[in-house]
Amino acid sequence: MLAVRDRQDRAAFGALFDYYAPRVKGMLMRKGCGHGQADEIVQDVMLTVWRKAAMFDPQRAQVSAWIFQIARNRHIDVIRKESRPMPEELAQEPDAEPDASQVLGMEQEAKQLKEALARLKPAQREMIEAAYLGELSHRELSEKTGLPLGTIKSRIRLGLDKLRHELKGMRAE
Amino acid sequence: MSAISHHIPEPLMAAYAAGSLPRPYALVVAAHVSMCDACRATVAAHEVAGGVVLDEMVKAPVEEDLKASVLALLDAPVDPEPEPVKRSGVYPGPVMEALKGRPPRWKSLGMGVKQCILETGDTGSVRLLHIPGGRAVPDHSHNGLELTLVLQGSFSDETGRFGVGDVEVGDEDLEHTPVADDGPPCICLAATDAPLRFNSLIPRLLQPVFKI
Repeated sequence: MLAVRDRQDRAAFGALFDYYAPRVKGMLMRKGCGHGQADEIVQDVMLTVWRKAAMFDPQRAQVSAWIFQIARNRHIDVIRKESRPMPEELAQEPDAEPDASQVLGMEQEAKQLKEALARLKPAQREMIEAAYLGELSHRELSEKTGLPLGTIKSRIRLGLDKLRHELKGMRAE
Repeated sequence: MSAISHHIPEPLMAAYAAGSLPRPYALVVAAHVSMCDACRATVAAHEVAGGVVLDEMVKAPVEEDLKASVLALLDAPVDPEPEPVKRSGVYPGPVMEALKGRPPRWKSLGMGVKQCILETGDTGSVRLLHIPGGRAVPDHSHNGLELTLVLQGSFSDETGRFGVGDVEVGDEDLEHTPVADDGPPCICLAATDAPLRFNSLIPRLLQPVFKI
């Protein structure tokens, strides 16, 4: 993903396509899209990945999380014909070198989350999948999804604090 | 500015990240997240979980020529995306977007209380409320779930004080009498899944403040 972001590397984008396109399509079909419609949305999603690559910040998001939210937004646009209210974007410092330990930390957190999901009983796992695929309403979602998100939140918060700090430094210059 | 102490409950954050939260609530979440880094991190954490689910998704093969057509489109000129609507005054970006970039057009409800309906539809409604300091917040029926985000000033009720950035979660069980604190008018963003009930609003507003 960073090769796509920093060098507009087409081969790297091709690899991202091979990995994510069938998974995004799987997600869309689970959400009720037919083959043709799902393919169209996959195309939009992958083009957005290419065009918005500069906005990807590995200190605050994982590639799969970033593509997950692009696919979710595009699905809402197409199916509900409405745009999704989005928070204000945080400005990003151009050319900032990502903090390697923070990026690694994000990767480790995501890996641990994946392992935690794998350890769940099938019924609970299905519930989590249903929740994140938008099949459960906010009323059906219980207080806890059963996934340990606390440490990931802290990790992302670190990335946010760092970004705020950098932005403040930029303004002060 | 005092720190935000009332946040969005976890199930609503998960539903927002999953894309299943009805639009009126999603607007309140987006506005709150614009003001609150703790909740911004919470949404991002749920998106990491969504990404994990995406990673584990059963693959559905795409049409053979889809990759070639996507690659061919990489250099195609695209219309520049419209710039995201920026925050203006006390109104965060997503609220300004719902206002279509214009200042709110207030409608008086009497007693100095004003409202501006942003959206109303099948999934509920969302509006801005403007309550002068010392006045009671109109009784917005708690038939369903109601989220109220403070954008300016503050209000207090039996459950506590709500300042800028705080969200009060009201449901059928919440019986309260919120009153805007003295000082600048309290401006709130309020979303509900119950239909708007204007009728019940008027009699309540006609009651002298000290009797409420």
